[in-house]
Amino acid sequence: MSAPTTTPHPTGTAGGSTTRRRRRGPRTWLAALPLLVFTALCFGIPLGALIFGAVTRTDSGSGVTSLTGEHVARSLQGPYLGSLIGSVQLSVLTALIGAVLGVLIAQAVVTSRSQGLRSAALTASGVLANFGGVPLAFAFIATLGISGVVTQLADLGSLDWDLYSFTGLAVVYLYFLIPLMVLVTVPALDGLRPQWREAAQNAGATPWQFWRHVGLPVLAPSLLGGFVLLFGTAFAAHATAAALVGGSVPLVTLKIADALSGNVLTGQENVALALGLDMILIAGLVMAVYLPLQRRSARWLR
Amino acid sequence: MAAMTPTAQETAAVEAKSPAPDVTRTRRRRPGIRRGLVLGLAGAYFLVPLVASFVFTVHVPGQGISFDAYTQLLSADGFTESLLLSLGLAAATIALSLLLAVPALIAVRLGSPRLRPVIEVMCMLPLVVPPIALVTGITTVLRWGPEHLSRTPLYQTFIAVQNEKFPVVLVLAYAVLALPFVYRSLDAGLRAIDVPTLVEAARSCGASWPYTVVRILLPNLRSSLAGAAFLTLALVLGEFTIASLLGFQPFAVWIVSISGAQARMSVAVSILSLVITWALLLLLSRTGTASAASAPSRKES
Repeated sequence: MSAPTTTPHPTGTAGGSTTRRRRRGPRTWLAALPLLVFTALCFGIPLGALIFGAVTRTDSGSGVTSLTGEHVARSLQGPYLGSLIGSVQLSVLTALIGAVLGVLIAQAVVTSRSQGLRSAALTASGVLANFGGVPLAFAFIATLGISGVVTQLADLGSLDWDLYSFTGLAVVYLYFLIPLMVLVTVPALDGLRPQWREAAQNAGATPWQFWRHVGLPVLAPSLLGGFVLLFGTAFAAHATAAALVGGSVPLVTLKIADALSGNVLTGQENVALALGLDMILIAGLVMAVYLPLQRRSARWLR
Repeated sequence: MAAMTPTAQETAAVEAKSPAPDVTRTRRRRPGIRRGLVLGLAGAYFLVPLVASFVFTVHVPGQGISFDAYTQLLSADGFTESLLLSLGLAAATIALSLLLAVPALIAVRLGSPRLRPVIEVMCMLPLVVPPIALVTGITTVLRWGPEHLSRTPLYQTFIAVQNEKFPVVLVLAYAVLALPFVYRSLDAGLRAIDVPTLVEAARSCGASWPYTVVRILLPNLRSSLAGAAFLTLALVLGEFTIASLLGFQPFAVWIVSISGAQARMSVAVSILSLVITWALLLLLSRTGTASAASAPSRKES
């Protein structure tokens, strides 16, 4: 990683010419300055405003701003707490199902001999994992909504099927979570070298013993990392849920959107900020788990 | 939106890198059947909504097949405006994020390796902050304008960035959201070439700095620049949360706004936008494969 251009040249170290040699250092630093300034302004300031607003209260009469834990406390009570819990439940459930199904599909793709199937599955996963948001919601409304094609054909209405519910939302979320898991797992499964299985077989191990002592321990960081990534993705998703269920399922992203667009009592903006802070803390926790896991799994993936 | 983490480009690189393990020759029949079942069910789950939404748009109960939902699109209220707005925002976001990230990343490679972790953390941080949290922060900041700054020149800036015709504030927010993807794509591209050697060679042949960057480095980064641009384009075209909460109406917000009155058309537009995104990402994975083939030393991590 060290850049040869900046290593001090032995010829220049004796005299005053070192200053000239060093000039490239500050100059390259300047090229990175716009990016740093931009992130500080456009990311740092809103983030700062969010945190500041979440922990302070401004008295409307005197204009005095004081520190308070009131908003954060409010965001952890009643319907707000319910929405946080709802989001976490939905994310854990969908991430769990998505991780299991994603691994099954990835395993099927990796063990198949067909190169065509493999590249088709990977390309399709790459596309589908990015297919969240509004279009996905409408595709599912057309399919499994009240007058959706599949709903009509299979007469799901009589079976109490409801797309605009917790279960419905989970079915929709899986549409982009499973491909995401496939993308994360295929390289990990590739890293499971055939030689290890052969060695285990030669040593007299059963397939179960192979998975128990070699396969799963090697895969564990990638699988956990994939689960956490899926959780984070489902947790932060807003557009799909907003286009699909509006307000009927308690989700923290929908509550924040409600509070921001003024659908609730005035003076709730700070609670929205506190909810945003709660979300960042949870997402930050998730990343703190994900990044070390990813680094650990990278060891096996060449 | 955070679902965009593994890029189609990475996928392509994985494809190109690993030959299928062919130790499976001695396998018994059962795993084959199980595999077929898994893949068949997965295929059904992923295909049915696509097919069903297409059927939904062309089949009107009681009237038979009609392509009205597609043909009426162009004349629909707000379709062209919102699409043009989204494309304009995408172009501006791509330009801005590349202009910011390319010099910074080259500089980190060349002369300031100590800045590297700083830049990396800064570029990856937006992944931790969900778009909805970012937009709550942005609305708070925008409210400062009328509340505290109404008598300063800064106020005019606040008004200008929220121009209905071209909301610069969206470009800034999207550039923040795109930063992780742009960083990853460029970083992978830069890792594949030997920047210091290329620059030293060019400089000692008498090339100026701008010439070196534009004619030597950028052509070598072509595929990762394209990758960054495509991912940003897909992100901006599909973005809903920030735009809708700030009260603007680009493409994704428009689709939702017509869904109540014209359900068929909103599904038709959704299919179209899927096809467009699909085509973009396929194009991207094509360029990714090409670059992986021409640079066999390239390593993905």
